[in-house]
Amino acid sequence: MPDFMQVSLDRAAASAPPWLQDYLRAGRQRWEASSLPTRKTEQWKYTGLQSLQPSYAPARHGAMVLADAGIELPRFGGFRLVFVNGRYAPEYSDQTLPQGVALVRFAAADADQAARIRSYLGDAVGREQPLFTALNDAALEEGVFLEIEAGVRLEQPVHIVWVSGNQAEAFSINQRLLVLCGAAGTASVIEHFVGARSEQQSFTNGVTELLVEAGATLNHYRLHQEEAAAVHIGRVQARLAAQATLNSFHLALGSVLKRVDLVVDHCGQGAHSEVNGIYLPHGNDHVDYHTCIEHRVPNCTSSETFRGIIGDEATAVFNGRIHIHRDAQKTNAQLSNRNLLTSTRAEINTKPELEIYADDVQCSHGATVAQLDEMSLHYLRSRGVSSSQAQVMLSFGFINEVIDTVRCESLREYLQGMLARRFARDPALAASLS
Amino acid sequence: MLKIENLHASVDGTDILKGLSLSVKPGEVHAIMGPNGSGKSTLGHVLAGRPGYTVTAGSVSFLGQDLLALETEERARLGLFLAFQYPVEIPGVSNMEFLKAAVDAGREQRGEKPIDAVTFMKSARETCKVVDLDPAFLKRGVNEGFSGGEKKRNELLQMLLLQPRLGILDETDSGLDIDALQVVARGVNSMRSPERAFVLVTHYQRLLDFIEPDHVHVLAGGRIVRSGDKSLALELEARGYAWLEDAVA
Repeated sequence: MPDFMQVSLDRAAASAPPWLQDYLRAGRQRWEASSLPTRKTEQWKYTGLQSLQPSYAPARHGAMVLADAGIELPRFGGFRLVFVNGRYAPEYSDQTLPQGVALVRFAAADADQAARIRSYLGDAVGREQPLFTALNDAALEEGVFLEIEAGVRLEQPVHIVWVSGNQAEAFSINQRLLVLCGAAGTASVIEHFVGARSEQQSFTNGVTELLVEAGATLNHYRLHQEEAAAVHIGRVQARLAAQATLNSFHLALGSVLKRVDLVVDHCGQGAHSEVNGIYLPHGNDHVDYHTCIEHRVPNCTSSETFRGIIGDEATAVFNGRIHIHRDAQKTNAQLSNRNLLTSTRAEINTKPELEIYADDVQCSHGATVAQLDEMSLHYLRSRGVSSSQAQVMLSFGFINEVIDTVRCESLREYLQGMLARRFARDPALAASLS
Repeated sequence: MLKIENLHASVDGTDILKGLSLSVKPGEVHAIMGPNGSGKSTLGHVLAGRPGYTVTAGSVSFLGQDLLALETEERARLGLFLAFQYPVEIPGVSNMEFLKAAVDAGREQRGEKPIDAVTFMKSARETCKVVDLDPAFLKRGVNEGFSGGEKKRNELLQMLLLQPRLGILDETDSGLDIDALQVVARGVNSMRSPERAFVLVTHYQRLLDFIEPDHVHVLAGGRIVRSGDKSLALELEARGYAWLEDAVA
């Protein structure tokens, strides 16, 4: 294993709390015993790691004025927690959490809290121990444990902002979020990744574990808006107990390398997941979503819709795996991935991957790559809309259908406005429509 | 206003229009009738510049310009409007956004600024009432999940907002009940003016009970085989098209 993370790992080991030390060591052993994937590694066939720098310094910790860095944080109502370079930034965070919700920073955990964190940490990831999750374990000094107590219905979202800052050299950020949504609880968590400067070299490894207990409903949103030179290799791993529901939405604007592995594990009967997402790489961006929907037990349902618009010379990868285990009878699993290429040099590699070992299941999948619909273009143009504007409207419409599935209204409006501006449309009208 | 001379057009290599000529003056309403497959809809599509419809001979001038040399959107901005027989569903693009983009395109052509959103919303809602369409449809995707009748009303809504110089209605009456038909007729009649003309493409005489045409033409085999006043429409209603097709053959 190349030592490009050496300095960061040493620092993490030096500053992590004692109760985490063995965890870090185990992670580091796994990391050092492995080698980086190559194009011959099936899971990394279409995503190269050449954007990784030869070495990354640890991220600096210290006060940062977000406004000076041109970062404006939206308000989605509810509670906002901001982390800069992986460290809690109290000056931008709401201090009081609602009843029944606890937020514990690993670095500040007392003995009881530490024990509780240890009992859940790594649970969702399981024994698979993917490489970059091992790296995340090895660099774990500051993580966050968000717990929604059983039966608590949280109406407002918890908005967690992960900011990557500026520094002279390329730097790495390690982030860890552990969410436990207690039995019959309801909550919405928005993870929001933003960066300061488009040319800043950084490497973020963000791992999120979602434990959704019996009968609970968790809405999870993960928005990647980091800037052009930012590398992100991250993972979301969800485990659903009986009758639990996960509603999930992912967004990736492009950057030089964004790779997100998403695993939803239906472990209890009657669990349901809905996972949607959009990716919009352009320029020389590369975005890669690897999703895996695990059905281990009977009577679960899952639906997944990802859409991408790939422009310029950007490339994207979508790998959607559905794994229905032998005992998972009466599973209903749907998967759809549609892509729009707006340039002849843009590229998408999309692959549905079905592994079905149960015989009484309903499973459908589809992956398409297309240009804009000619008749729709003609219809818009027949009303005087220019060809270029019609293309923008149709492109936006293509992803807007997915944004419409976002349940959190304030977030949906934010996304529509942000993407409308991105698609250079009329924001005033977009606002008046919402 | 519109002068079509000896127009030949083909779709997928099949000749559909075979020497069609038609002259429309400002203020006039023309009805084009004819049996299925005679080329009625093709005429509308060719005038609107639909991809795949190839003009092989002839000329079309509209307001003094060579229409066939213009892009689809340029034709629209010049004031040509085709109400589609089968309006296209565009999920994800809100009807309101679509309408405003269309209206703004026309304004841009005239050197005007885009209309402000609030004023536009108000006018769009009012126009909805005129065409008997629930304003909730403004927020829906363009024609998304609209019934046949609702799509036709939406076409009419667009025409009322855009105020074109020439409106071509391609079988707007098909599939409409009598109430909806009257809504369409009221909309068209309210727009009639000495500056504006209409071409009504229809299979049935029924629409012409509500919108009185100045000229009626019968299209058969890709050409106009007979022209007359509104009494021709009544004659067709009584005798069908066969006698004319026989006469052509």
